Amino acid sequence: MTQTECKVIRASDINPRFKYEIKLHGAEKLMRCFQCGTCTSDCPIARYSESYRPRQIIRMAQLGLEDRILDSDTLWLCASCFTCTDRCPQGVEVASVIRVLRNLAAEKGHIPQVFKEQFSSILESGYAYKIPELRVKRRETLGLPPLPKGNPESIRKTLRGLKPEKLFEKSGGD
Amino acid sequence: MSKGKYLIFLGCAIPYRVSAFEVSARKVLAKLGVELVEMPEFNCCGLPLDPVSHEAMLILAAKNLALAEQKGLDIITLCPGCAGTLKKVNRMLKEDDALRHKINQHLKEAGLEFKGIIEAKHLMQVLIEDIGLERVKDAVVKPLMTLSVAEHNGCHILRPKEFIGFDDPEDPKTLKTLIEATGARCLDYLEETECCGAPSVGINDKIALQLARNKLNHVKAVKAEAMITICPFCHIMYDTNELRIEKMFNETYGIPILHYPQLLGLAMGFQPEELGFSELRVDASKILDKTKGGK
Ligand code: SF4
Ligand code: SF4
Repeated sequence: MTQTECKVIRASDINPRFKYEIKLHGAEKLMRCFQCGTCTSDCPIARYSESYRPRQIIRMAQLGLEDRILDSDTLWLCASCFTCTDRCPQGVEVASVIRVLRNLAAEKGHIPQVFKEQFSSILESGYAYKIPELRVKRRETLGLPPLPKGNPESIRKTLRGLKPEKLFEKSGGD
Repeated sequence: MSKGKYLIFLGCAIPYRVSAFEVSARKVLAKLGVELVEMPEFNCCGLPLDPVSHEAMLILAAKNLALAEQKGLDIITLCPGCAGTLKKVNRMLKEDDALRHKINQHLKEAGLEFKGIIEAKHLMQVLIEDIGLERVKDAVVKPLMTLSVAEHNGCHILRPKEFIGFDDPEDPKTLKTLIEATGARCLDYLEETECCGAPSVGINDKIALQLARNKLNHVKAVKAEAMITICPFCHIMYDTNELRIEKMFNETYGIPILHYPQLLGLAMGFQPEELGFSELRVDASKILDKTKGGK
């Protein structure tokens, strides 16, 4: 389902507490939005996407359309360019609200493949990408010092008990 | 902290596929008298984890800052994404006692503690604030007077202003000033501060390529002979994809994409081979011919 698809909103689709719940995660200024549309009109992604509209995401979050937001693929289109955050006349910190929503979607198990790959690579090697052995060796030819080694064990230790580890197990197989 | 010695934080993208940025940055920094110390161990800055878990991002960033604190050195990064993340988390943890305490509980597991005694800076900030424009200009021995280029700052070196704050996100000047220090002309063009599209790669490639194309069209319209970047992701977005965009949208560009230290390096008298020019996908020989030997 895309974000803009027309659909009747039923009272039962609404989680009236959603706006307060996400506040605790860092979307404190959500309720300040007065729907001016600056974020959408300046958003580079909205320019080329048929369905991605940050203003609409903010409104849906205010309303409490929790499932519709969290289950939507469009949520993952934001490029985190922070243009909206810098220009919102109400100081809503739009990009951070979107990050909070994504974190919640991730907790429900919705994580795009790219993020899963980067996450598992960090846990395995410290680096977000699997750096080809050839690249590592070529550093010497290029006159570069050896690449600092990752310390996956210490990364795992510091991330222990966090939701992503559980998440990772949950979404690891699919 | 000493202004001549930094811990260099490479990030993930540069060792993965943007060696020319590292090669040229190390060359020009050495010439400017900056000493670089390697990170004792590497963890991603945390930024790629932010969409999935904000807390994991905070912990990874704090871990890097704590490692740097043990070395007693400020961090220099070449990637604006890393710089932005480390700067932001550094400030958040310095200002918020409860958050610092919480994150330190995690770091304790690895025998680390965040104290808040160092700074993290991007290469460009080090050049302009610590080294200073005059010293950069003094190091230029072969001014690139005949060259007209365009800059591309990218998002994370500018925004959000609250945390990055060393340049004006709506009308950034630093990169322009640094480009002009090499003798080259820096041209204005439409939508200079727009995103390159890189974060959308893998999520929606078409949107990503349309954003890159839009920018290349604007840069072409002012007849820039090269585009200058300071971010590994922006560089990948343009350099790696330029040919693909030309084919896909039936455009012609032929605009080489240089890392800023490559441009500065040329003006400092380094040879193209020393600055990783052979790593570039888009042919830069036209501008190299132009700058060769010339005064
Ligand atoms: S710019 Fe701010 S106030 Fe305006 S619609 Fe977007 S979030 Fe709401
Ligand atoms: S941060 Fe996301 S929503 Fe905001 S302008 Fe950039 S791409 Fe659009």
